[in-house]
Amino acid sequence: MAVELPEGVVLSRLDALANWCRKNSLWPMPFATACCGIELMATAASRYDLARFGAEVFRFSPRQADLMIVAGRVVMKMLPVLQRIWLQMPEPKWCISMGACASTGGVFDTYAVVQGIDRFLPVDMYIPGCPPRPEQLIQAVLDLQEKIQAEGTLSGREFQRPWAQVRRRVFDPQGLVQLEVPPALRSEQASRN
Amino acid sequence: MSDRPSYDEQLQQRLREAFPEYPLSTFRGQLRMVAPAAELMSTMRRLKEEFGFDMLVDVTCVDYLHYRGAKDRFGLVYLLADTENNRRLTVRVYLNEPELTVPSMYPLWKAADWLEREVWDMFGIRFAGHPDHRRILLPEEFTAHPLRKDYPLQGRGERHNFPVLTRPES
Amino acid sequence: MPVTQAPFQTRNLAHDEAQEYVWTLNFGPQHPATHTTLRLVLKLDGERVLDAMPDIGYLHSGFEKLGEHLDYNQYVTVTDRMNYISPMANNVAWHLAVEKLLGLEITPRCKYVRMLVAELARISDHLLCCGAMGLDLGAFTVFLYAFYQRERIYDIFETLCGARFTNSYTRVGGVMHDITPQVVQKVREFVRTFPRTLADIERLLHRNRIFIDRTRGVGVLSKEDAINFGCSGPVARASGVTRDLRKDEPYLAYEELDFQVPCASEGDCLARYLVRIEEMKESLKLVDQIVENIPPGPVNLDMDQRVIIPGKDQVYQSIEGLITHFELIMWNRGLEVPCEECYHAIESPNGELGFYLVGDGTPRAYRARCRPPSFIHFALFPHLICGHTLSDVVAVLGSLNIIAAELDR
Repeated sequence: MAVELPEGVVLSRLDALANWCRKNSLWPMPFATACCGIELMATAASRYDLARFGAEVFRFSPRQADLMIVAGRVVMKMLPVLQRIWLQMPEPKWCISMGACASTGGVFDTYAVVQGIDRFLPVDMYIPGCPPRPEQLIQAVLDLQEKIQAEGTLSGREFQRPWAQVRRRVFDPQGLVQLEVPPALRSEQASRN
Repeated sequence: MSDRPSYDEQLQQRLREAFPEYPLSTFRGQLRMVAPAAELMSTMRRLKEEFGFDMLVDVTCVDYLHYRGAKDRFGLVYLLADTENNRRLTVRVYLNEPELTVPSMYPLWKAADWLEREVWDMFGIRFAGHPDHRRILLPEEFTAHPLRKDYPLQGRGERHNFPVLTRPES
Repeated sequence: MPVTQAPFQTRNLAHDEAQEYVWTLNFGPQHPATHTTLRLVLKLDGERVLDAMPDIGYLHSGFEKLGEHLDYNQYVTVTDRMNYISPMANNVAWHLAVEKLLGLEITPRCKYVRMLVAELARISDHLLCCGAMGLDLGAFTVFLYAFYQRERIYDIFETLCGARFTNSYTRVGGVMHDITPQVVQKVREFVRTFPRTLADIERLLHRNRIFIDRTRGVGVLSKEDAINFGCSGPVARASGVTRDLRKDEPYLAYEELDFQVPCASEGDCLARYLVRIEEMKESLKLVDQIVENIPPGPVNLDMDQRVIIPGKDQVYQSIEGLITHFELIMWNRGLEVPCEECYHAIESPNGELGFYLVGDGTPRAYRARCRPPSFIHFALFPHLICGHTLSDVVAVLGSLNIIAAELDR
């Protein structure tokens, strides 16, 4: 990908092609902590077979994955680990919050459980259920594929700048505003910040 | 099955003779004994060596802060089992602040290692002579003991105390 | 790299500064072979493990604190999530403990239904354990075979209570729904077809040279140590401890059934695996006996005892039903609980799963302590792994069947 592509047809088609490739070859990183992890295993196992949707290559190394599936509750001892793993994943990356516990804390409104990982991490897709059925996880992967096709990563930033620069936070905040973020997502992003 | 009650009665009789001043009670067929904290080690050693309670099933604690009619703050519970003759015994020890220290049972049963660490973590009761006296479930920097009754269910904000990663940052 | 001489004095090594070649490896908390979240800090000399320091608590969610704030029926949903590969066994354990505290005697039909689900839970637990052990040791097919059979047990549970995985099936004094002919038919079908898959699994693993070589003689636990460490269940029985609470302290109606307790004397990973395989066969025998002999009669206790929430037909059409419902649902009413303490344990798939309950007269437990077998078994880990190689870590972990939610609660 060249850095200084002129605006127009070529860029948008390449973008679409890249998105199409990405959406059909998601490599998930199962961050399976609790009960939902077993349903995640069931989704990958023989009856539900996630391979039908191009997302069966489970990578346990975050460096090789582009989709993090957080399955199960995340407690305060685990959250720094989760954040570190998220930072280790290369762009473009997405995050699915699977189950009630990961999304909101679920039934565990206790001193130790983080009440929703989206307080501390960006999340693309939430799956309700305690635990969700494998069909729901498959649906979430399909929805995420649609989302990727429609908008790429949230900002499409990796075409413009090397992401290592982004990690060092050298880009100016002005640059952020000009990015083409859909209005719905922009409000979501604002509320997160 | 038919001779089990007599087994239990025998055991009860022997316990009464061996520890005449310790209160002994039964509830739903479970034999329970209250031992003073000072004599815990010698009591447990005798229970293991003379009475054959070779397995420490569980060590736990109850905080009687709001319990109706309770005189003591903490009650330590040791569940013992005899795997040969298939009997059980519950030994309880009552503790009050500020002397929340009992001898560790690690020399007798290695199972006590993690169980006592958990009691320390959750209730703040110290076990003298424990080989590795650290928190086990909660992070080291945690200050409270959450299963005490004066600690709120939702905690004191520890679960929200993290940096936030946003999409542009990560 | 120099080679250390046996025997390994593991605890002292940490302080021995002369041995600079000892290096430290962090294993977990996010690692595929841990299946769940636990962390090990290993001290290695080359590939040999000199010392292991488990670090747990990465899934500590305050179950016991939550038990003090939920009533005896509500808490069953939380016990599901405690050992999430055999939730039904946890449900049964919790409510048996509660009924012991309350002094209730459940109906014979309820006993049989609970035994049925507990034994099915045992099969599903051992399936996952053996499948995952195969997965870790390089036999992926076993995992797929085993998981398909788990799906069939999920189907039975789904027909029985509507949830496939976290069932919350039991209630104080009974169960959520009575068993139906469809369930009986599905269970019979399962009993008929399951031995074939089990034979497949055995054929895949028992003569698999890699699997046998990686498990035989690895992580040996002696009988004395098993008792001293407080082990129970398959881990203890693989070391020659002939203790099974179903036989030793018969609860429910296990006395009426004919089954055997598989034991082994070697105490290594292979023995633990074999004990599990044999237990599945015994459980299948039990399931067969139970499903053919379920006694007739009501499954729940009578309404007069005021423990079971009556059905809607009774609530809307009779004054007793309405009052009972009201009494049980009100925040300050509910069950009549003695101010007492008691402990009850069952033989869960993983070992002795017990609850120590303190009642204080209110419908919520004053203290709900769970005696988790995984916690006790994981304390063994440094003892088992020292002196073996790094690749044996996954074999030992797989054979102990550590469930993180039960480990940390």
